[in-house]
Amino acid sequence: MKIPGKMAKEVLKNSVKPPATCNYPYEKAEMPEGFRGRMEFDSEKCIGCRICMRDCPASAITITKVGEKLFEAEFRLDLCIFCEQCAESCPKGAIKATKEYELAALDRVCHRITFHAKVKDASGDGDVTEAA
Amino acid sequence: MAQAIFGILVFPGFLFLCVAGVFAEFFDRKFHARLQNRKGPPWFQPVADFVKLCAKEDIVPEEADPFMFKAMPVFALAAVAAPIFYIPVWGADALFSFEGDLIVVLYLLTIPTLTFFLAGWYSTSLFSMIGAVRCLTQLFAYEVPLFLALLAPALLADSWSITGLVRYYSDHPFYWLFNIIGFAVSLVVLLGKLEKVPFDIPEAETEIVAGAFTEYSGRLLAFFRMVIDIEMVVAASLIAAVFLPFGLGFGPIVGFALYLLKVTFIIAVVSLLRTIFARLRIDQMTDFCWRWIAPAAILQLVINIMLKGVIR
Amino acid sequence: MAKVTVPIGPQHPALKEPANFSITLVGEKIIQTATRLGYNHRGIEKACEERTYLQDIYLLERVCGICSHVHATNFVQCVEEIAGLTVPLRANYIRTLVGELERIHSHLLWLGVAGHEIGFDTLLMYTWRDREAVMDILALLTGNRVNYSINTIGGVRRDITPEQIAEIRKMVDHCEERTKYYIEVATSEPTLAARLSGVGYLSQDDAFNLSAVGPTLRASGVDRDIRRDDPYCAYGEMRFNVITDDHCDVYGRTLVRVKELMESYSIIRQCLKEIPDGPIVVKAPRKIPAGEACGRYEAPRGECFHYVRGNGTDKPERVKVRASTYANLQAVSKMMENNNLADVPIIIAAIDPCFSCTDRCVELKGDERRHTDWGSLRRSGIEWYRKHRGIDFTSVSKRLQEMRGGS
Repeated sequence: MKIPGKMAKEVLKNSVKPPATCNYPYEKAEMPEGFRGRMEFDSEKCIGCRICMRDCPASAITITKVGEKLFEAEFRLDLCIFCEQCAESCPKGAIKATKEYELAALDRVCHRITFHAKVKDASGDGDVTEAA
Repeated sequence: MAQAIFGILVFPGFLFLCVAGVFAEFFDRKFHARLQNRKGPPWFQPVADFVKLCAKEDIVPEEADPFMFKAMPVFALAAVAAPIFYIPVWGADALFSFEGDLIVVLYLLTIPTLTFFLAGWYSTSLFSMIGAVRCLTQLFAYEVPLFLALLAPALLADSWSITGLVRYYSDHPFYWLFNIIGFAVSLVVLLGKLEKVPFDIPEAETEIVAGAFTEYSGRLLAFFRMVIDIEMVVAASLIAAVFLPFGLGFGPIVGFALYLLKVTFIIAVVSLLRTIFARLRIDQMTDFCWRWIAPAAILQLVINIMLKGVIR
Repeated sequence: MAKVTVPIGPQHPALKEPANFSITLVGEKIIQTATRLGYNHRGIEKACEERTYLQDIYLLERVCGICSHVHATNFVQCVEEIAGLTVPLRANYIRTLVGELERIHSHLLWLGVAGHEIGFDTLLMYTWRDREAVMDILALLTGNRVNYSINTIGGVRRDITPEQIAEIRKMVDHCEERTKYYIEVATSEPTLAARLSGVGYLSQDDAFNLSAVGPTLRASGVDRDIRRDDPYCAYGEMRFNVITDDHCDVYGRTLVRVKELMESYSIIRQCLKEIPDGPIVVKAPRKIPAGEACGRYEAPRGECFHYVRGNGTDKPERVKVRASTYANLQAVSKMMENNNLADVPIIIAAIDPCFSCTDRCVELKGDERRHTDWGSLRRSGIEWYRKHRGIDFTSVSKRLQEMRGGS
């Protein structure tokens, strides 16, 4: 008759090793390069072709014209599926994926992220505002 | 009189059991987690669970008998807290003792299992009735080996009270080594009594949701969980007193410290055993108990009978 | 003794996804099983007809979380066949690599789930800890731990670099050692064998007649594997064994899956050594010409079948998905005979059920038929729930509209 408890040696060895879990949220896991997190938009490169809007599987992007060759983008994070097809379809590379993945919010309206158009002669970088 | 009331309510009575139960559950869960390469809960987790459960609503099913449904946790708590008065905690003396208290303690420890059965039965829900029936089936399988294994040392010591038994073994050092087979049997049966893997069949989460406790919620469930914790402490104390009766002549402080160490050791062994096994089916469990465990207990009894003749 | 009918599901701790098995018991013995599905039906096949081919890849990926690459690749293969595209060889190798990585993580997940169903939580914790290494590699290669989105019509979207290849090799070595340990535990732990042996017996004839697929079929001794019988992606160039077993029970299915893990490691090593240089994608047209194609893929659970029909526009006309669990479910009722209630979770878990994959069809009751559009279908659904179940969304949606500023 086989002796039960085959895993006894392994579990006893593991009891003195440090745990394999990480203490989230005090220690956060770092995502690798190329991770498909939240999208970000560079309005200077956008030409308003709206291919990203057509190709988005979730219809999460809205490009609006705010001036002569100036476009702003609104991303709806509650619809986005983070597939990065918009970044791939954009002929000018105006959309990139960041590594940010902690996007949970208590209110759904916080998930609408607008990237305003950068006026060419203003200083400072494009601001990310959350629609009220 | 005042000393008796203090003994019943505070130490080694109800308050001590609550604190010891909290510690026992924490230690069991932490050790189990570390064996599985995880972190485990913080020290206050059992208290937090108790407080949270008490804050939730008690839901009594429509078809259940409300009085019996609510009374079962109270019966279980009373029955599981009583045996500690007869088990020596700080050396060779218990709070009260009389000839035959070993049998009384064993019967008192059977009552919680019966209340689990009745709790499941009076819930009248499908899963709880299946869990209740499994509870009783498991009781029939492990009760005989448990009784035999615990009575064998008493036979050798010629005394039916735990205090007398412990005193006999302190007077004759190293005689407790004769009871090693009984110790092993009682550790296996302890898993069945406490309903831990591989014998947690009455409460199999993936098969019958929560067994007899399926319909319990709120304060009633909090008290049932407390009963399970205190049962772990009391049963481990009983086994420590009967099978590990050494080092008891050094006074109350050292005796109490040794008692804590013995109980922690037994809980650690239970934790280890519940980490490395899979859950058995009820028919496999009764088969295993009647085929291997009961003969081992009978063997221990026979050895003790023969030894008694030799030593006399 | 009286007969009792126990409902396992749709909400039950044993099931990871909702399905209903009504089990009739006498004591603890099972007499009859009735299966009922449909809790996970999301209308994906219909939704595919409203989206372009490119958007459909991402939709079909989300049919299932564990076999997401299977559905995406199968769909893309069908579309490429209709359009007459030849996918470059490097892209096929990358698809094979990701497919085998997915098989590893799925089988390790299954091992943990099987351990949990029989009360062996330690096995769950250990296998899922080792699975994290595979998930990290997939995040490195494709950008996400689940739903890899590596496919596009005409090839793959990302290339692999030599550094990534080195990481994959390290991970495969580590996982192979751990898998050898799990094979040892599975074969020599008596409590495990006591729970898994003799349970869920399915004879070879029954497996064949009830159209079982995948490890469920191979554990009954039938030698069938789509990767070898009808090669797709780069499997035609790989050399591997098809694992079969004669136990015909849950223990056999465990052995088949664990040994398939070892084969997957060998396939991945071959992929990494023999991957050719070249482009990873060919340009695909937006409007796929009219035609139809069907594709088969050996998912970790068995054979997955897709059918796509195009009519010359940029949206498909019909997409049909028949996932492997749908084929295996017929066998579950047969497997449950003469077993105990305690065996139900492990028998259901042994076919590696993925009810999200399964629920694709609808049962039509009565003779009334109506043509409707999305908007009125949604409104009639809201109205039905208000009338029959008393669930009213008007206050919630009014509040949401106010918060959004009446958009």
